[in-house]
Amino acid sequence: MTQLLEMRGIVKRFPGVVANDRVDFDLRAGEVHTLLGENGAGKSTLMNILYGLYQPDEGDVLIEGSPTPITSPIEAINHGIGMVHQHFMLVPTLTVTENVAMGAVTSKRGRMNLRVVADRIRELSESHGLAVDPDAYIWQLSVGERQRVEIIRALYRDVKLLVLDEPTAVLTPGEVDHLFKILRQMAEAGRGLVFISHKLHEVLALSDRITVLRHGRVMGEVTAQEATRETLASMMVGRPVRLAPDKPPLEPGRARLTIRNLNVMGDRGLPALEDLNLSVREGEILGIAGVSGNGQRELAESIAGLRKPTSGEVEVDGTDITGSKPSVVRDAGLAYVPEERQRDGAIGAFSVSENLILVNHNQAPMSRKGFLRNGEIRQRSRQLVDEFSVVTPGLDVPASNLSGGNLQKLILARELSGSPSVLVASQPTRGVDIGAAEYIHDRLIEQRGSKSVAILLISEDLDEVLGLADRIAVIYEGRIVGEVDAEHADRQKIGLMMAGVSDTGD
Amino acid sequence: MTSRGPSEAGPRLRTQLLSYSVPALAVLGAFAIGAVMLAMLGANPFTGFWAMAKGAFGSGGALVETALKSTPLLLVGVGITIAFRASVINIGGEGQMVSGALASTIVALGMTDVPAAIALPLALGAGVVGGAIWGAIPGALKAYFGVNEILSTIMLNVVAVQAMNWLLRAPLIDPMEIERGTRIPQTARLPESTDLPLFVEGGRLHIGPVIAVLVAVLVYVLLWRTTSGYRLRAVGLSGDAARYAGMSVERNVVWALTLSGAMSGLAGSILVLGSEGHRMVTDGSTIGFTGSAGFNGIVTALFGGLHPLWTIPSSFLFGGLLVGAIALQRAAQVPTALVLALNGLVVLFVVSLDRYRRQVREREDRRISAIATSSTEDDESPKPLSREDDDDG
Repeated sequence: MTQLLEMRGIVKRFPGVVANDRVDFDLRAGEVHTLLGENGAGKSTLMNILYGLYQPDEGDVLIEGSPTPITSPIEAINHGIGMVHQHFMLVPTLTVTENVAMGAVTSKRGRMNLRVVADRIRELSESHGLAVDPDAYIWQLSVGERQRVEIIRALYRDVKLLVLDEPTAVLTPGEVDHLFKILRQMAEAGRGLVFISHKLHEVLALSDRITVLRHGRVMGEVTAQEATRETLASMMVGRPVRLAPDKPPLEPGRARLTIRNLNVMGDRGLPALEDLNLSVREGEILGIAGVSGNGQRELAESIAGLRKPTSGEVEVDGTDITGSKPSVVRDAGLAYVPEERQRDGAIGAFSVSENLILVNHNQAPMSRKGFLRNGEIRQRSRQLVDEFSVVTPGLDVPASNLSGGNLQKLILARELSGSPSVLVASQPTRGVDIGAAEYIHDRLIEQRGSKSVAILLISEDLDEVLGLADRIAVIYEGRIVGEVDAEHADRQKIGLMMAGVSDTGD
Repeated sequence: MTSRGPSEAGPRLRTQLLSYSVPALAVLGAFAIGAVMLAMLGANPFTGFWAMAKGAFGSGGALVETALKSTPLLLVGVGITIAFRASVINIGGEGQMVSGALASTIVALGMTDVPAAIALPLALGAGVVGGAIWGAIPGALKAYFGVNEILSTIMLNVVAVQAMNWLLRAPLIDPMEIERGTRIPQTARLPESTDLPLFVEGGRLHIGPVIAVLVAVLVYVLLWRTTSGYRLRAVGLSGDAARYAGMSVERNVVWALTLSGAMSGLAGSILVLGSEGHRMVTDGSTIGFTGSAGFNGIVTALFGGLHPLWTIPSSFLFGGLLVGAIALQRAAQVPTALVLALNGLVVLFVVSLDRYRRQVREREDRRISAIATSSTEDDESPKPLSREDDDDG
């Protein structure tokens, strides 16, 4: 196999940090080489260097054996390098054809011949199984279709080397399988693919080779055959990792959270939830699985009092809180770990201890007669920070200094400190490093074991739901399309439900 | 133990030094440009500035004038601080001062036979309430009808002036003015029981500056030591997080503008009750009454870093600039408008230096977290933080 790319001893420094520290990476024609690592491990930095967006401080980039400094994305494109970004780089108001033609010059006396482009798109989509209508506008397309447009654009430019940055984050399991088939085909046709991901089973399913980065350094390179999820996870984190938390047997009590026939409007005035029914018992975790944007956010918000339902009922610990203010819902016993932790769950400019009293600053012992009691607050903060292993330089530093995982631990500490009867956890480990995710999972299991809390876990990470939940409800277009016992859960079947194929087969 | 990294103090030091030097650098920068302007006007900058400093701070009498001039700046300034901390912009200091002064005047006029111990607090309190109402109106309009508070507070300035002009020309006018036919728009002398007590009999210094400093301290306590202040700041920093935590953003917006107006109202009240004539007079404009303190208070608050305690020295400086301007005019034969330009320059410098300070701070914060994370994870290399790699997943 020919060597398409070699990156030798790449060093990239940013003020205060070394994002890439003598990184070696290579890619051969016909293979999928995965870059694996946690947030901030340096994967994106390395690929941005390859794509000409950053210049390395040290090290060389060799393309097909010859040293080639890449100083701009145009040069990268001219060298046959393509990149499918995590956030698609498409113009929504233009058609598929126009988007593909953009930047790729197909002109006749200064005029673009779009029909030629469209024909070529049809050819490519047929030969690669990438069903896309060249005349459709981008805004009309689903996320999965948009991704296909990105891939077609790369194929149109006839790239030799394609980088895919977290391409599966937005897809259902079925779509992921389909994407992987296409990517394998592309590799077999002699292209080289760099796959960036942190989902271990996907990495193992797709890759030939895997390079693990941690703290900007290469921790090792393994073939997919010799790797397991466990070995990869411990390479990423630097210590042995348990992937599935140990769960004691289920001993559910009475229902603490009950939702009946809930109807809620979304932000655009369209129904986001339709006749939704759920019930969660204490000592139990109910997992809501689904592809992002199917009503999960609206569900959490209408339980928390942040969104008014149009009809239906929500009961927290026996109290009807339908349409109540957030403070009333909290008084009824709800704790809520919000999806947007930086926007909703914490105030970046507030200190760690100020954030720890965000929801209960009004209660004893944090305050008395309207005055904050700083001594008590500090003491409690220190206790919570220690108890939940929040890594922070101090209690007075702004919360914006904390990493995603530590901020999430802080929020969890605060929410659990009020001994809630219902905990709604939305995407509790999204974007969080493995160590913190493991910790948060353990805490959720621990709460489940206390048998006084009903836990509603809303997550787009199917592995997380499968690993934690006792029951799994699948949400699709605002409805629960099926509910299964976690013990008998079948990934394939849940995947189908997530795509809207109902359990009953209607 | 995870809560305290070994190097917290080290990297922070530079930011802190920088924070403290920002005001000084801003003033130096403004004066450097001011010197050029003086020179262009044909005056010697050094003699000019010297005269200015002496006029503002050079003698006991000068200091008294400066203290009196600073008083409304400080009160309006801490009011502005409350509003800005809750992320509400209050440009209505002028109108709130006027409405506070009018409320004080009306109450004081009715206090003919009331002892000072009751009359004075009531008159001052009326000023607080008058200003509070003038702040609460735009507050409620913003919170419940989405009316932009910048527009509504400016509009209410105009309304307040017209109300003042009408009240002082007709219902509140001194009966003597009608009798004599001079019809100067001013009230009768207010009852002596509502005069602000003087420190020295026959002197100029009344207790207004002391009240203002006390209020500034109280506002500090309110913002950082009470649950109410905590909520105001939370709403100001993140409406989303405040709502998530169960706070009412609307109520806090109204509250912030109400308090802010109350401070300006008190400033207006002190201007009337502490005035030499012990009466309220209008020349038809707000500036004639407030001396633009409602606007200059914003500058004062910004220069004080939107911190009530730092606003105390800040107001003293700007009060001094205003008093010194008169001396400057006399010594260097330049218009006092130059001092307004100096005010503006100081603000420009503060704002731009502050931006620079924030950048340095962000860089250092990043380093602090890097050190903190690596030191607890027994790893020898600093961990790259997520800023560059935000999209990593």
